[in-house]
Amino acid sequence: MSDARPQRPRTFRERALSQLTLVRYREFLREPEAIFWVFVFPVLLAAGLGLAFRNRPQETLKVGVLDVAPGALAVRIALEKEHALQPELLSDSAGMRHLAAGDIALFVVPHSATEVTYRYDDTRPDSRTARLLVDGAIQRAAGRPDPVAESDSLVHQRGARYIDFVIPGLLGMNLMGSGIWGVGFAIVDARKKRLLKRLIATPMSRAEYLASFILSRLTMLVLELIALLGFGLLVFGVPMRGSWAQLLLICLVASLSFSAIGLLVASRVRTIEGVSGLSNLVMLPMWVFSGVFFAWTRYPPAVQPFIRALPLTATIDALRGTMLHGMTWPDVLPQIAILGAWLALSFVLALKLFRWK
Amino acid sequence: MSALSLKGLRKVYGDVVAVDGIDLEIPAGECFGLLGPNGAGKTTTIEICEGLTEPDGGEVTVLGRHWDGDERELRERLGIQLQDTQLSEKITVRETLELFRSFYAQVRGVEEVIGLVQLEEKRDARVGTLSGGQKQRLALACALVGDPELLFLDEPTTGLDPQARRQLWELIDRFRGTGRTILITTHYMDEAERLCDRVAIMDHGRVIALGTPRALIAEIIAEHLVEFSAAEGEVNEAVLRTLPGVSAVKAQNGGWQLEVTALHRAVPELLTALERQRVVLSELRTHSATLEDVFVKLTGRHLRDE
Repeated sequence: MSDARPQRPRTFRERALSQLTLVRYREFLREPEAIFWVFVFPVLLAAGLGLAFRNRPQETLKVGVLDVAPGALAVRIALEKEHALQPELLSDSAGMRHLAAGDIALFVVPHSATEVTYRYDDTRPDSRTARLLVDGAIQRAAGRPDPVAESDSLVHQRGARYIDFVIPGLLGMNLMGSGIWGVGFAIVDARKKRLLKRLIATPMSRAEYLASFILSRLTMLVLELIALLGFGLLVFGVPMRGSWAQLLLICLVASLSFSAIGLLVASRVRTIEGVSGLSNLVMLPMWVFSGVFFAWTRYPPAVQPFIRALPLTATIDALRGTMLHGMTWPDVLPQIAILGAWLALSFVLALKLFRWK
Repeated sequence: MSALSLKGLRKVYGDVVAVDGIDLEIPAGECFGLLGPNGAGKTTTIEICEGLTEPDGGEVTVLGRHWDGDERELRERLGIQLQDTQLSEKITVRETLELFRSFYAQVRGVEEVIGLVQLEEKRDARVGTLSGGQKQRLALACALVGDPELLFLDEPTTGLDPQARRQLWELIDRFRGTGRTILITTHYMDEAERLCDRVAIMDHGRVIALGTPRALIAEIIAEHLVEFSAAEGEVNEAVLRTLPGVSAVKAQNGGWQLEVTALHRAVPELLTALERQRVVLSELRTHSATLEDVFVKLTGRHLRDE
C-alpha cells in the first residue's frame, strides 16, 4: 500500500484554484438571469433615472387667479409678463381642486388693488418658487421700483445633475448586491445540494474554495464597472474627475468587503429562502440609508454616524468623491478604512461560524 | 493489513443511538457490504469511516491511519460517493471531472475515467441533462478520478431502474478486479449478494450478522424455501417436520413455508406425503433463500417495510 502521495506537476489550468474559479465563471455565465441582474439591470435603471431626472429647460409654473375677485384680469396680465408663469382664471372651487391635485403651484386671491392672499403648500418647492415669482410680478406691476440692476449668466455644470449623483450610487449598490447575493446564494446552494460536503470529502483546500469566490468576484467586478461606468460616461457624460486607480481600488476593497459579508450571511444558512431573507435584511438598511438615490445628509444628525459606518455608505461616498469632486487618497482614506474593517470582521467571523457539512 | 478497522464504534444523535457498538475488520482488496433497512445506521457508519462524521466513541483506522492528524493524506487516498450529492447542473461531465481531478496529487485521466463509467457520449453534456443512472455513474467517476485505494459507496443504486443498476454493478465489479477495497452500503439484498465478498447485516445500529452472502444464507436459513397452499384437506404439520431435508416449518399467509437443504429430495417426499393426507395443492413454489430471507428470519421484518 503506497503512503503519502507526491504532488504532480500541474499546469496553471490544472490547479484547484483555477478549476474552482473556472467553475464559478461557468455557473455564472450559464445563468442568463444572473447576467441580466448584474449587467443589464443597473444600466437600465441608470438609463431610466437619467431620463426621468434629466435637467430640463426651466419649466413654466401654472398658477390660478380667482376669477370673481376684483382686478383679477389685471393680476393675470401682470403675471403673464413673468415668462416663467402661466396664469389662468379659475373659480374658487376649481382653484382649490387644482391646487390639491398639484395642477397649479399656487392660487392667487386678490382682495383689492392693495391686498392679496397666496394659497399654496409651502412644503412644495415649485409652490415656493411660484410664490416668489408671483409676488415679484404683482409688486412690480403695482409700481415697486427695483433699485439694483440685474442680469443672468447661466451655468449648466456637468457633475451637478441627478444622473451624475446616481451613477456612483448605482455602482455601489451593484457591488453590494453581487457581493452579498452572489457569494451567499452560491454557497447555500452548494450546502443544500450536499455539494459542499462532497467537496470537503476530497483533499480540496477549504481556503482555496472560499478564495475562488473572491477571485471570480474580482474579475466580474471589472465587467460590471465597464458596463455601468461606460454607460454613464458615454451616454450621459458623467464626469470622472479623480484617478482611475483610486476608483478601482475603492471598488476592489468594497467588493471584497461585500463578498466577506456574503460569506458571513451564508456561513450557517441551509436554505435558499433563508439566505435570500437574511441578505435582504442585511442590505435593506443600506438601500434606505446609504445614499444611493439621495444624499444621506437628509437623515437627522443623530443617526448620521451610524449611516456613515455602513459599508455601502463608505463605498458610495468614496466613489462620488472620486468621480464628482476629484477627491484624492487622503480624502477617501476614512471610507477605505471603514470598508477594510468590515472586510476583516466579516471574514474572521465567517470562518469561525462556517458550516461545511 | 486491514484497509478499514472499526472498534466499538458509537454515535448518538439526541436520544437516538444511530450506531451502537460496531466492530469490523475489512482486509485490503475486499468488497464489503453494509446491509440493512433505512435507519439501520449504515450511512452514519460509512460517514464516520469517511471522516465526515465525528464518532462519539470507538476507534476508526483507515488504511492504517487515523482521521486525527492524517486527514489530508487520507483524503488523497480515498474515493467517496455520498448518498445524495447533487453536482452542479450547469457544468458538463468533463468539466466536473476536471474540477475533482484538480484536488488530487495522484490522478487518473479525465478521458480514462469517462470511458470507465461509459459516459463518452455525454462528455460535453451538462450534468442537469443526465438521467439518474448517468448521474450516479458520474458520481462514481468523481470518486475514481483520484485513483483511490479505498472506495466508499453509499447506496449507489438507490432510485435507479434495473438496467441502470446492472450497469453500475458491472462498473463496480471492474474496479473490484483491480484489487482495491470497497465499502458499500445498500438496502438491496440482491445488490449485496451480487457485489460483496462479505456483508454485515445491520439493524438498529448494530451488526446482527456477518459473513459471506452464501454462508449467511446457509447458516441462518437452509438454502432453499418451499412454499405451498392447500385447496382441500388438512395439512399435518408434524408429518412435514419429519420429511428428509426439511429443517423448519412455518405457517404463513394461509399457506406453509418449509426451509429445505436438499431440494431434489425434499420436494418428491413432500408431494407424496401431501397426497397421502389427501391434500390438493392450489400453489407450490420454491426459491433459493436470499439475504432478504435472512433479514426476515433475524428480525421478523422485511427490509423495505421501513
